[in-house]
Amino acid sequence: MSYFCGKYPIIERKTLAKGIYSMIVDAPELAEEAQAGQFANIGVQGFTLRRPISICEIDKENGTLRFVFEVRGKGTAALSRLVEGESLDILGPLGNGFRIPEGKKIIVVGGGIGTPPMLEIARQTTSLCTAILGFRDYSRIILKDEYEELCAKTVLCTDDGSVGIHGMVTAPLAENLKTGDYSLVCACGPEPMLKAVIKTCEENNVPCQVSLEQRMGCGVGACVVCSCMTVRNGKEFYSRVCKDGPVFNAEEVRFGG
Amino acid sequence: MVDLSVRIAGVEFPNPVIAASGTYGNGECYTDLYPLSKLGGISCKGMTIEPKLGNPPPRIAETYSGILNSVGLQNIGVHGFIEYYLPTLKEEGNVIIANVAGAVIDDYIAAAEALDETDVDMIELNISCPNVKQGGASWGVSCEGAGSVTSAVRRATKKPLIVKLTPNVTDITEIAKAVEAEGADCISLINTLLGMRIDINSHRPILKNNTGGLSGPAVFPVAVRMVYQCYKAVNIPIIGMGGISVWEDAIEMMLAGATAIQMGTAIFNDPYSPLKVIEGIEEYMDRNNIKSLTEIIGQVKPW
Repeated sequence: MSYFCGKYPIIERKTLAKGIYSMIVDAPELAEEAQAGQFANIGVQGFTLRRPISICEIDKENGTLRFVFEVRGKGTAALSRLVEGESLDILGPLGNGFRIPEGKKIIVVGGGIGTPPMLEIARQTTSLCTAILGFRDYSRIILKDEYEELCAKTVLCTDDGSVGIHGMVTAPLAENLKTGDYSLVCACGPEPMLKAVIKTCEENNVPCQVSLEQRMGCGVGACVVCSCMTVRNGKEFYSRVCKDGPVFNAEEVRFGG
Repeated sequence: MVDLSVRIAGVEFPNPVIAASGTYGNGECYTDLYPLSKLGGISCKGMTIEPKLGNPPPRIAETYSGILNSVGLQNIGVHGFIEYYLPTLKEEGNVIIANVAGAVIDDYIAAAEALDETDVDMIELNISCPNVKQGGASWGVSCEGAGSVTSAVRRATKKPLIVKLTPNVTDITEIAKAVEAEGADCISLINTLLGMRIDINSHRPILKNNTGGLSGPAVFPVAVRMVYQCYKAVNIPIIGMGGISVWEDAIEMMLAGATAIQMGTAIFNDPYSPLKVIEGIEEYMDRNNIKSLTEIIGQVKPW
């Protein structure tokens, strides 16, 4: 795995929901290297730090990458104003992606802006994949059509019950884990959701991989700011979300550390 | 053909651009983009005699033209560094500087002794880390503290000794003079400026450590001023750092008195920035018919 640094033209820009944008860039060498769950650290003119944004789709054939991101502050707002024909300043692909077993049924769980990185897994596993997606309300729903087209089953949940199941993703997750022979759950989303997903997986004895988020610096493992507490062989230590993650085996993660 | 090389305490750097400690890992992180040998040297991630966990996250916050960090010297320990990183560093890099920190004087001595017989070219004594409760910058804020650590480490190693100074002091020249008197071969400055940011919604500091060290272009003029002051106060060479991001900054820092420069935060924004700075310095020398960088070091003409 290697990464690149350069400017790559935006060939498609779309607004998916209020404050959520999708951009496809022409970046053949990145697409060749990229794996589901990896991210790119994207430069924004006028800001010291790059913005880590997960890769939503990898099209090796056409040499493109898709990013879907939410405006969280001034940096991502500036990023969202870039249009087709302009370029994204990309450092990537970075980090460790999801490790997907071949030919086995899996469940992907995405919460809010944690749904985009799961789409590439769905693309790769299609009919073996069940997607359980959670959003705050109907206005925040993104990528529903893509998931529904790719996956064997797509379950929607909203916090307010405006669409799909009323409540957390964990109820349909537990139900699916009990009835189907799934070999893995992959999840990305807010911390409370990840904690609940991990607990549900433990109860059902199914392995789980989670993608974590942390305030980041370099993106390549040099500065050690994006740490998360992990445990291996009974020993607790800080791992780097950018380099050792962002995807971790659930049993290694210690939240709140 | 211009000569980009500089010499500090008998150590020759092929060019004056060094990766600053804590921003470049131990040289392993950017090799996908270009070889470590392009840089004049690397100051490795600050190391302590025992491995150190570091501070809880978040450890970084963006500021206007800069960042705050509160890593807290997370590292695998001096022996881990020697075993896992040093062989590759020596093979792939130019000047290898081991940045050494500690809580008590004995920690500094033990680390310096452990490094004394290794392939590191220089030791950079970190008495300026603002993010650790014990030691760190507390050594660097008084002449007595700075002098005593320098003196102890000086006796523990034959390696050329750089002392990295904190800007969080009343008069940095007094500290510079104190470490020079105790045997420092070089001073490097500035480490980060102590700062803080608060989330207006949660009323919580953004950094879990509450405070952190400010770096990036925001601190550059402060760094230039301090290098300028120290150049006049001491006779040992200075490595200037603090917010250098383009070649013009590097030249400015050298005019203020720096023999070499370190870059850090700028690399997060543009990993190629050190190479661009080297290229810019070369072109500047060529344009101005400067044969050696010694012609510009400390050559600012104050009013």
